[in-house]
Amino acid sequence: MKNEKHCNNKEDGFPGESRRDFIKQSSLLTALALTPVTILKAAESEWDEKIAVAFEKLPVTLQINNKKYTLSLEPRVTLLDLLREQLGLTGSKKGCDHGQCGACTVLVDGRRINSCLSLAVMQDGKSITTIEGLGSSENLHPLQEAFIKHDGFQCGYCTPGQIISGIAVIREGHAGSAAEISEYMSGNICRCGCYPHIVDAIMEVKQGGKKV
Amino acid sequence: MNQFQYVKPSDLKSALTILAKDPTARCIAGGTNLIDLMKKGIVVVEKLVDINNLPLKNIETLDKVVRIGALVLNSDAAENKIITAQHPLLSLALNAGASPQLRNMATVGGNILQRTRCSYFCDRYMPCNKRQPGSGCGALEGYNRMHAIFGGSDACIAVHPSDMCVALSALDASVVISGIKGEYRIAINEFLRLPGDHPEKDNMLEKAALITAVEIPHHTFTKNIYYLKIRDRSSYAFALVSVAAALEISNGVINDVRLALGGVAHKPWRLYQSEKYLIGKQVSEFNFREAADLALKNAKGYKYNAFKLKMVPGAIVEALQKAVSAT
Repeated sequence: MKNEKHCNNKEDGFPGESRRDFIKQSSLLTALALTPVTILKAAESEWDEKIAVAFEKLPVTLQINNKKYTLSLEPRVTLLDLLREQLGLTGSKKGCDHGQCGACTVLVDGRRINSCLSLAVMQDGKSITTIEGLGSSENLHPLQEAFIKHDGFQCGYCTPGQIISGIAVIREGHAGSAAEISEYMSGNICRCGCYPHIVDAIMEVKQGGKKV
Repeated sequence: MNQFQYVKPSDLKSALTILAKDPTARCIAGGTNLIDLMKKGIVVVEKLVDINNLPLKNIETLDKVVRIGALVLNSDAAENKIITAQHPLLSLALNAGASPQLRNMATVGGNILQRTRCSYFCDRYMPCNKRQPGSGCGALEGYNRMHAIFGGSDACIAVHPSDMCVALSALDASVVISGIKGEYRIAINEFLRLPGDHPEKDNMLEKAALITAVEIPHHTFTKNIYYLKIRDRSSYAFALVSVAAALEISNGVINDVRLALGGVAHKPWRLYQSEKYLIGKQVSEFNFREAADLALKNAKGYKYNAFKLKMVPGAIVEALQKAVSAT
């Protein structure tokens, strides 16, 4: 009965109904299907049209390894998950996923960060370098070569993060001594214990003077 | 991680308006702590306000203070020429914290507002009055090795994890806050609070307000300074005990001194009594030991952290000695 009445009113040009109202309601319904609890809360606190944008994907443009990506992302996606799960760039590793191990280290605008603790949307417009952006199997980056030469890894899981971090240490000017390298590589854990070899590899590249 | 709305205001006024309209909105700067807490479900965010477009990234020397914008990265602050020249103690403390990657993300404002790393706070299945008021404190009778020996309460013995704040405490820094009513300052030693009956409140930041800067008054602690950090590995670990020490010495006499401890309380633990004792005294190991013993007044050890009662005085003496011989 109620619905019928409502319909009648609408046909009569009831002022409460408009395209805008329809969009609000339909987006609310769509959102309800996704995450009921949050949406009901949102509806109660009358966020109304904001609900429409609440769970939308956001446009994000990233330059990754010199390639431009135009993306549409949920805000909750971390940079690491974007790289690995959506773009197939699985070189950066998920170790702890809590910023404690450094396996996910990438360069953002030339500076190393833990990609697991950063949301991809926060990096909009920035330039990202992962291990895939350093060299190719035919033409390795000097630090990749040095890691092989000095046995800088065993299982290899932390290695992409170690190499990205190692490059940053050299660029930052923190590769002056073995002790300084150790201190500035402390954010990259290696459970195989290859630390002395990693330090040797970084030292050699630093002393070789090649641009990294 | 749950779904949430993401907004990125471009100026302070819009950010404050969003926060005022929606009390559940949470700010993100570096995200090194918040994203971690969101992943663990310890903090559930419905609206995330990314403040990185706010113009709060300058370090400048003003008439009476050095002002550091809240969004200055920890790594940039540590290597900034004004900071290394005028406040090298802050530089040392910053570089003792976290890892280079995290320092490249973490901001000065966020560092102050970071939550405790108490293992009971960080575990949703454990009681914690800070995370869930009234649920009890798991640490009091639990594994409390990393916990407070000063200023704790029956409700909470968590410690503030920052190194940066220990230096800021020693240097009498102020936190600059912008709220809807305007800008005001609170001394960092007042801003960070003790747990008391309300451990859920880490600090005095009111709702719909932001830290916009930190200000450090000019002083002459540029030579005889040291930041000693004792931890379970030689780098990249939270402090068991840390000491920020700054001395001003002439002809072997201490004209002025600042001492603050980290890893031992819900906020940086400033040692006013020890400082008072040392002023006018000769630089000597005896005097340093006396000052260190004074620091232990009101200290209380628990089952697994009683070792800190022995560690603290030794750390204070060592930090003072290293500050004396610093060049």
